[in-house]
Amino acid sequence: MIKKIVFQLFFFSFLSIKKVFAAESGGMPQLNPEFWVSQIFWLTLTFGALYLILSKIILPKISANLESRKSQISDNIEAADKKRQQSEEKLKEYEKIISQSKSEAKNIFDQAKEKALKNINAKREVLDKQIDEEIKKVEDEINQLRKDAPAKITKIAIETASELTQKLIGADVNNSSISAIVDDLSKKNRDKYYGN
Amino acid sequence: MTQFEVYRIGPEIKVGTFDVSFTNASLFMVVSSLAILIIFNLGSKKNSLIPNKIQLLAELSYTFISKMIGDTAGSKARPYFAFIFSLFMFVLFCNMFGMIPYTFTVTSHIIVTFMLAAFIFIGVTIIGFIKHGFGYLKLFVPSGVPAVLLPLIVVIEIISYLSRPVSLSVRLFANMMAGHTMMKVFGGFVISLGIVGGWLPLSFSVALTGLEILVAFLQAYVFAILTCIYLNDALNLHH
Repeated sequence: MIKKIVFQLFFFSFLSIKKVFAAESGGMPQLNPEFWVSQIFWLTLTFGALYLILSKIILPKISANLESRKSQISDNIEAADKKRQQSEEKLKEYEKIISQSKSEAKNIFDQAKEKALKNINAKREVLDKQIDEEIKKVEDEINQLRKDAPAKITKIAIETASELTQKLIGADVNNSSISAIVDDLSKKNRDKYYGN
Repeated sequence: MTQFEVYRIGPEIKVGTFDVSFTNASLFMVVSSLAILIIFNLGSKKNSLIPNKIQLLAELSYTFISKMIGDTAGSKARPYFAFIFSLFMFVLFCNMFGMIPYTFTVTSHIIVTFMLAAFIFIGVTIIGFIKHGFGYLKLFVPSGVPAVLLPLIVVIEIISYLSRPVSLSVRLFANMMAGHTMMKVFGGFVISLGIVGGWLPLSFSVALTGLEILVAFLQAYVFAILTCIYLNDALNLHH
């Protein structure tokens, strides 16, 4: 089927080519010199005018446009660069201020802390002193009591012993002899009672 | 071949013995030039930082050609920028206008492309002799060639140099003419095969139109870049 179509196509094409060329009269019109001079004349005229107008008026304008765009773009880039540098400087300044204020705050805090500590220490010293004094006083008292205790006990022991003997035996015993006995006893037992 | 026929529009104009009547070829030269001027005038009118579409088009074309010249011929070719820009745009617009049905393709005529190529050839040769004096003839004597081969090489170099305008003009003219002829032939097939078999050549025709638009751009580019290369030879003598 396709073969047939292709064959027909070729067949008819040769026919039609014959027909096409049969319609022409005498070769290529390009080789007919009748209008050569006219073509040369008009080519020179149109191309010359085109060249003159393009080179003197239009192309310089386009070139200037391109140039101005280029310079504008580079100017803008430069300006943007400058702005960026400025902002970076500002950022640095800002960071500096922040770090300064931070250190200032720390200073103030440290000072306050020191002051408070000093205050507390001073008060504690005073209190410590007071407490020490009190303790000393109490210890003195205790020591006094401890010192006085054997004598009082001896005295009580002597009186109790004399009264006991009086009631038991009914005889007055010389206080001095009793006290000698009590002393003797108490000396013997002192370690037992007051020993540490 | 009727699409390549040149005919007079309006009265016959004669300068001396020469016939310089306004023809359909002249019409499309004028139309192409005007289109270029209008587009690039609009594209260069306002100078906004963010270009609109037409300004972008103009500026992209400018940088495109500028880069092409810089890459092939270096910074010395700067003064010839306007010429190469005009050349590229003129050839491109003539090619592109030719793609519209029922129009005339200016660049499909050998006389037009040959005049452009001859002008470039003569101009480049003059520039070469101005820049280097008779030292420009060293172009034909490549360094590092054995003395035995030198006569042969010089002859070949001279022939290749002299054939530049021919190759440059024939390349553009033949490409444009062949493309348009091919499209005409396929268009003829569509008619002759009718509604039954005409679809295949029609699809070919559509594809060819795309191809031809590519060729139209490419040939303008090739024309301009070869001019740059010839200019490079004249400006920076390498051999």
